[in-house]
Amino acid sequence: MINPYLIHPATIMEKIREADSIHTYRLRLNDEETRRNFRFAAGQFNMVYLFGVGEVAISIVSDPEEPERLDHTIRSVGRVTSAIAQLQLGETLGIRGPFGQGWPLEAVRGHDVVIVTGGLGCAPVVGAIDYMFRRRRHYGSVKIIHGVKTSRDLLFHERFEAWGKQPDTEVLLASTRPDETWRYHVGVVTDLFERVTLDPAKTMVLMCGPEIMMRLGVPILMRRGIPATAIYVSLERHMECGIGLCGHCQMGPYFLCKDGPVMRYDLVEPWLGRGGV
Amino acid sequence: MARETCGILSRTNFHRLLDALSAKGYRLVGPMVHDGAVVWDTIQRVSDLPIGWRDHQEPGRYRLEQTGSQEIFGVVHGPQSLKPFAFTPREPLVQIERSKDGFTTRSTLPSSEKVAIIGARACDLAGLGIQDQIFLQGEYQDPYYATRRGGLFIIAVNCTRALQTCFCASMDTGPCAKNGFDLALTEVDDQLLIEAGSEAGSDLLSALSLSPASQGLTRQAAALGDACAQSQVRRLDRTRLPQALYEAHEHPRWDDVAARCLACANCTMVCPTCFCHKVEETPDLTRQNSEHSRLWDSCFTQEHGYIHGKNIRPTIKDRYRMWVTHKLASWIDQFGTSGCVGCGRCITWCPVGIDLTEEVSALLKSSEQRSTSSRPQEAPGR
Repeated sequence: MINPYLIHPATIMEKIREADSIHTYRLRLNDEETRRNFRFAAGQFNMVYLFGVGEVAISIVSDPEEPERLDHTIRSVGRVTSAIAQLQLGETLGIRGPFGQGWPLEAVRGHDVVIVTGGLGCAPVVGAIDYMFRRRRHYGSVKIIHGVKTSRDLLFHERFEAWGKQPDTEVLLASTRPDETWRYHVGVVTDLFERVTLDPAKTMVLMCGPEIMMRLGVPILMRRGIPATAIYVSLERHMECGIGLCGHCQMGPYFLCKDGPVMRYDLVEPWLGRGGV
Repeated sequence: MARETCGILSRTNFHRLLDALSAKGYRLVGPMVHDGAVVWDTIQRVSDLPIGWRDHQEPGRYRLEQTGSQEIFGVVHGPQSLKPFAFTPREPLVQIERSKDGFTTRSTLPSSEKVAIIGARACDLAGLGIQDQIFLQGEYQDPYYATRRGGLFIIAVNCTRALQTCFCASMDTGPCAKNGFDLALTEVDDQLLIEAGSEAGSDLLSALSLSPASQGLTRQAAALGDACAQSQVRRLDRTRLPQALYEAHEHPRWDDVAARCLACANCTMVCPTCFCHKVEETPDLTRQNSEHSRLWDSCFTQEHGYIHGKNIRPTIKDRYRMWVTHKLASWIDQFGTSGCVGCGRCITWCPVGIDLTEEVSALLKSSEQRSTSSRPQEAPGR
C-alpha cells in the first residue's frame, strides 16, 4: 500500500521574486526515483512541507512536460507560508502530491479559450496557458483576462506581455486601483467580460481567483451564451491532507482536494455563495 | 473438523471464549466501568466486564446502575464507539529528522497488533463499516488505518434493550448485528447464543466445540431483537434525504438550535463515523526532529473552516448546519450511505441535550408547519 502521507524532501533550486511577499520556488525532488516517477497535470497541487512548521496546499505552476522541475508560487499570508518565505536557495522543503483534478485541457482542445483570473489566482492557470501555447494549433482564439487590485499586484508581467504577442491571442488586464503607469482597463475584471469578443458556441472558460469574481462574473458570461458546462473554476478551501480524508475542503457533496480544485461550474453553482458552505 | 456457524455457551463458561482468544495471541478489549461510565479497556477475565451494570441514557445524561444481576452485557455503550481502534485520536504519520543537507523522512506506521473486541454493538459495527469505506475503499487507502483495522477480531453483542436515545432501527443498522463481525453473541437469560460471521469466527467456534443452539433459543434471541427494535422511542425519517436537508439551508430552525449549541464538539468526538482530522507538526526542543501527526478535528471548531484571511463558517449556526447537512445529506452523495448509524451518542453526550432526531424532524417541516407546532422542550436538567 502506497503511503500518501509520506513527505519527500526537495531542494529549492531557484527563488524568484514575483511581487511584494510573493515568490516562485523552483523545487527539485531529492530522491532520484521519486523525481523520475513524478507526473502532474496543469492545475494540480502539492502539499508543500516546511520542517517543524507544517504543510500547505500550493498549486504547481510549471510545465507538466518537465516534471522534474516543480514551480510553486507562494504568497506569505499564513503561519507556514510566512516561514517558507525565509528560506533561501539550496534549502529543503518537502512535497506530497500531486493531488486533485487539473484543468480539462483535452476537453478544451478545438475550442476558443477564455482564461479569467484574479489576483494570485493567475498562478494555478499559468501551467495551463503554457501547455496550450506549446500546442497552439490545437486551440482556437485565446483571451486572457486578468484583474488585480493595484498595479503592484500584477504578477508575471513579462509573461502577460509575451502571451499577448502569440497569434490569435488577446490579453486584457484590469486594475481597480492602478498607478499612473497603468495602460490597461481601470475597473473590475468583470467589466471586461462584457467587452471581450467571443463566439459562445465554441468557447470554453477557465477561471481562477476569488469566489466573488466567479459569482458575479459567470452570470455575465452565461448571459452572453456560454453554457455553465463550458466553464471551469478552480476553487480554494482549507486542506490538511490533500487526499479527501481530512474533511476540511468540503463544498456541498464535493471534497475540493480530490474532486477539485478545478470543478465544472454547473456542479458547484448551487453551493457557491451559500452561507457557511 | 466441521465448520461451526452457531452454538451456545453458558454464562459460567463464557471464559472459555476469552481463553481461546488469548491463546491465539489476541489482546482482549472489553467494556469496563471507569469513573461512572463504560470505556473500552484491556480485560483479563470475565469478571472485568461490567457484570450486573446497566446504562441509562437521555439527552445530556448518562448514568450507570448496578442491578445485582449476572448479566454480562447489560451496558449498551459508553462514549467510545469502535472508531478509536482503527482511526486513533492521535496518529503519528511521519518522523522527520534534520540532516546535513536538509532532512530525511520516514513513515511511522504502527506495528500491527491482534486485538479482540468483546461486545461491539450493531450501530458501532455499521459505523466501522462506514469508516472502512472512507479510509480503505476510496481513491487513497490509509495505511495507518489499514494496519490497525487488520488486527481486529470483533465479537458483536446483539442488543436486547434499547436506550432512550437509540434510533438504530430507523437507520436500519441494528439492534442486531448484520455483518462486519467475527462472532455475534445474544445474551438470553444465562445462555449466550453465538453465531459466526467470518471464517476466523467460525474457526474459533469450531475449536470451542459448543453445544448446538436449540431452535427455541434461536427464536427467543430473534424475538428479543425484534422487541428491542420495537421499543425504540426515537426515530429519524430518512425518506426525503438528502434533498430535503439541502432545501432547508435557510430554515429558521438553524438559528434556534444555534442558540442552544455550545460548539463544544462532543457530538463529533463520540460519533462513530465523523472522520475529520487535522495534521499537527511537533518539533522537539533541539529542533533536530519533528513529528507529523494527525488528530481528530471537528467541524465545530473555529479553525475548521479557516482559509487565509477568512472563516467559511464563522458562526455556530454555520457549523451545526455543516455537521448535520454533511452527516445526513452530503454524506449520501459522497459515500452512498447516511453518515448516521443511530447510536444516539450525540444526544447523550451533548452537554445541553440537543437531540439530533428532534432537530431533523423540525428541519424537515416547512417554516409554516413549524409555526403551528409546539416549541421544543427545554434541555433536561442534569
